[in-house]
Order: sequence, then structure tokens, then C-alpha cells
Amino acid sequence: MAYPADYRYTKEHEWISAEGAAGTVGITDYAQNSLGDIVFVDLPKVGDTLEAGKIFGSVESVKAVSDLFSPVSGTITAVNDALKDAPEQVNADANTTWMLKLDLTNPAELDALLSAEQYEAFIAEETEH
Amino acid sequence: MSANADPAPPLRKTALNATHRALRAKMVDFGGWEMPVEYSGLIAEHMAVRTAVGLFDVSHMGDIQLRGPGSLAAVQHLCMNDASKLATGQAQYSAMLTPDGTFVDDVLLHKLSDNDYLIVINAGTREKDVAWVRSQIGSMPSIHISDYSYYYTQLAIQGPKAEATLQKLTDSDLSAIKTYWFSYGKVCGLHNVLIARTGYTGEDGFEIYIPSDEPTSARVWNEILDAGAEFGILPCGLGARNTLRLESAMALYGHEISDTINVFEANLGRYAKLDKGTDFVGRAALTAIQASGGPQRRLVGLEMIERGIGRDGYPVCTVAGERIGAITSGSPAPFLKKNIALAYVPVQFAALDEIVAVEIRGQLVKARVVPTPFYKRPKKST
Repeated sequence: MAYPADYRYTKEHEWISAEGAAGTVGITDYAQNSLGDIVFVDLPKVGDTLEAGKIFGSVESVKAVSDLFSPVSGTITAVNDALKDAPEQVNADANTTWMLKLDLTNPAELDALLSAEQYEAFIAEETEH
Repeated sequence: MSANADPAPPLRKTALNATHRALRAKMVDFGGWEMPVEYSGLIAEHMAVRTAVGLFDVSHMGDIQLRGPGSLAAVQHLCMNDASKLATGQAQYSAMLTPDGTFVDDVLLHKLSDNDYLIVINAGTREKDVAWVRSQIGSMPSIHISDYSYYYTQLAIQGPKAEATLQKLTDSDLSAIKTYWFSYGKVCGLHNVLIARTGYTGEDGFEIYIPSDEPTSARVWNEILDAGAEFGILPCGLGARNTLRLESAMALYGHEISDTINVFEANLGRYAKLDKGTDFVGRAALTAIQASGGPQRRLVGLEMIERGIGRDGYPVCTVAGERIGAITSGSPAPFLKKNIALAYVPVQFAALDEIVAVEIRGQLVKARVVPTPFYKRPKKST
């Protein structure tokens, strides 16, 4: 599956799509594939603040639990409640299944994240190990 | 998402490694073996075994054969169950114990004939087990010990459609083989294949032992998948094998049983025949534990009653937060659609319906002590 060129990526396998100060966050196709069948997504509440690089929630598959790391700092404006009942949507389409939307504190933080090309090179290296 | 990539020693491979890769299985390190953890998806594979049929490569299991006039005496000394009760063609769940009454390994013992036994052992403990067997019975008279672990590809065909699938490939009458019995028959053109009605899924099914060369292993694997296609057979990985055995509350070495856990703690006392008429390694310790009033802690089944998934190693606490034990295996249960776990707790917390808490990443999440097995397959309606 292709990684959208207009998203930014973390080495912890989250993506963020941003327009100005409005950001949308999810996990990558590589992440959902590594986890396998996802059964539980634990997310914070609207109004909570996030700090770049800090844990904001977790995603659990049948066999593993994994922390979610915030790509940037900001305040949560929306949470994808549909994932409570249908977490498997993340497996079906990780690129468009968002987890939360946020108001970015400092959009310049996006520059520190990986481009699609850099992310693909990064996971190619991880897969080799 | 956190990544981890630690360097590991080269992994051992079964004869079906290339076959698994061709099926695009995700491969993992299991007890030093590179094994498929899932193919199409853990939940789909789990459900295939509960509702139809699944095929597993379990060639990483080890096989020790004991032969000679002294073999029954050797097995009786080595294993806690009573092997004298076995008829030729019958298998039994048993265990090799340390002198403390804890586990060297749990095993499946097959009586091939009066002077011939096959002990099937776990993958992660193969070398340790073989060394243990030699140290414990190697000096006994009239006994020959052979490690045949590399001679067999072991396949498990499991699920309500296992018999219908395998019957297409053999001239043996599978319906005549009772649970925990075995027979020999022609399978996929191979003569004298050991066909056992055993498994580790809580479902009906068979385990077969075929030559471990790659072409034969791959051919039989593919013929089973073809035979099961009409029933919706899926190749299944260790992920589904783990959730299936957990729903059925079957012990896994290194989790529910180990050399620091004794037989009574693990609720496996019914397989320890203290009065079978011969001494066995660990018997004195078990007798002493029994005389002192039984174990202090016990394995229990837990069902999460609040939102959260208890996993291997998570602490078990009182509802007030005092740590009292730990989970040995915990996971969402794909068929039961509950979050379940096996855990050791002090006996005063082991009663059914006791409410405890699992510490999940700093949060106390309530769970109830429930009967095990969590899942029991429906009785055949023949």
C-alpha cells in the first residue's frame, strides 16, 4: 500500500495530515500489518493536550499492545468514536482511518517528521532486521 | 507505536519454512525457531479451527523414543502419569518433573507397543528435555533412548471438519480412532504414518508424523490444504494456536508451567498418579505438598469485567490495589469475544466469582475468577 505523499510520518509509525494548524492523526499501514487484527484503540478526550513525542494512547491487537506517540504538540478537537465499536477499520484502511484531530500548537514541528519517501526507506530498513 | 529490533542468533527452521513464506506468513522467533505466527489473520484462523478446519506446522515439537524391555519402568520413573494404564495405540497427557515437583516439561506419551514409547515434547525445551531424559533414565537397564526430533514433520489438522479433510487422504478409517488414541495408515501415499487424534486447540482433530524432508513435507501440506478447501481450511500460525489453547485453558511451558511452578499449583494434580505403584521423579515432593495442606497459590481463569485486556506478565491485585499475583497468559478470546487470562493468585483469592483487579499500565481493571476451560467444544451429535 502506498504512503500518501502529503502526510508526515513518525518512526513510531503514526501519520499526520495537516492543513495550516489543523491536523489529523492515524497509524500507518505498516503498523496495522505488524499488529495484526486490532481489537481495541484507547484514545484521549477532546480538549486534552498532546506533546510531541509523548504517549497519547494505545492500540491493541489480539497478540500485542502498542503505545501511540503524538507526532506534534496540540489540543484535541475530535476523536474518532467509531473505533470504539469497529477498531478493525484500522486494519481495513490505515491511511484514511483517523484516530484524532488536533489544533497544532506549532506547525513548524511538522518539519521534523519524515516524508513518505523517508518513512518507506525507514521501514524497509526495519523489515531487513 | 514503539519499534523493537534486537539482534538474535540464527533461528532454526522446519522443513516447511519456504512453504510458509510462499503463503506470505508473518514469521516470528518461537523458542529459537522461525515459525509462522499468522497467515491470513489470527482471528480468521482461530475461527476456522472452531467452525471448520485449520492446518498447523508443529514440527518444532520434539520426539523422544524409548525402546527395550525396560521402557515401561523408565517411563514410569520419568513421568508423573501412570503409563501402565496405556494400551498399545493410546496416548496420555503427562509431565516430567524435577525433584521439587515442578515442571521440566509437559509431554504427550504414546504407547507404540509393549516395549516402545514415544514422548512428544515442547520446542523451547527440546535440548533440555533430551538431556534430562538421559540423565534420569539413561543408566536404567534394557532401555534405548533415541532423539527423533529431526526425523518428523508434525502437522496438526484441527477443527470439526478435520476428520472429513484427512479422511480424503488416507485409507485408514479415522472414525475408528478415539480421542487420545492413534493408528498407523497410508496418508498421501506414505505408508505407516502415525495418525493421532490429539491436539492443542480444544477442538477435535489429528496430528500426523511424516518424514521431515522438504519435498514430502511440502507435498503433504499442500494436499491437506487442497483436501480441506471445500470446508474452508486455513493454514494457521502460532498466534491462533495460542489463543485456541488459551480458550481451552491448556498449559504452555514458560507460562502456566515451569520449573518454579508445581503440579498442584497448576491444577494438574489429576495427572500425577502418586499411588501408581512405582516411584517417580518429583513424587516425594508432591506427597509432602499434599500432606502440608496443598499449594499456597493456584492457577485460575480470569474474565475481564471492565474495559481492558490483561496480558502475559501483568500484575493481579486485590480491588484495593495490593499486588497478589500475575497473569501467565492473557488475550482477547476470538471465539468467546471476551478478554480472558490465566493467572496465579493465592488460594484465598482463587474461589469462583472472586473479584480481583488486573494492573494494566498503571490502571486497576476489574476481573472475575471464572471456571476453566473458558471454552468447551460441543459434544458430537452422532
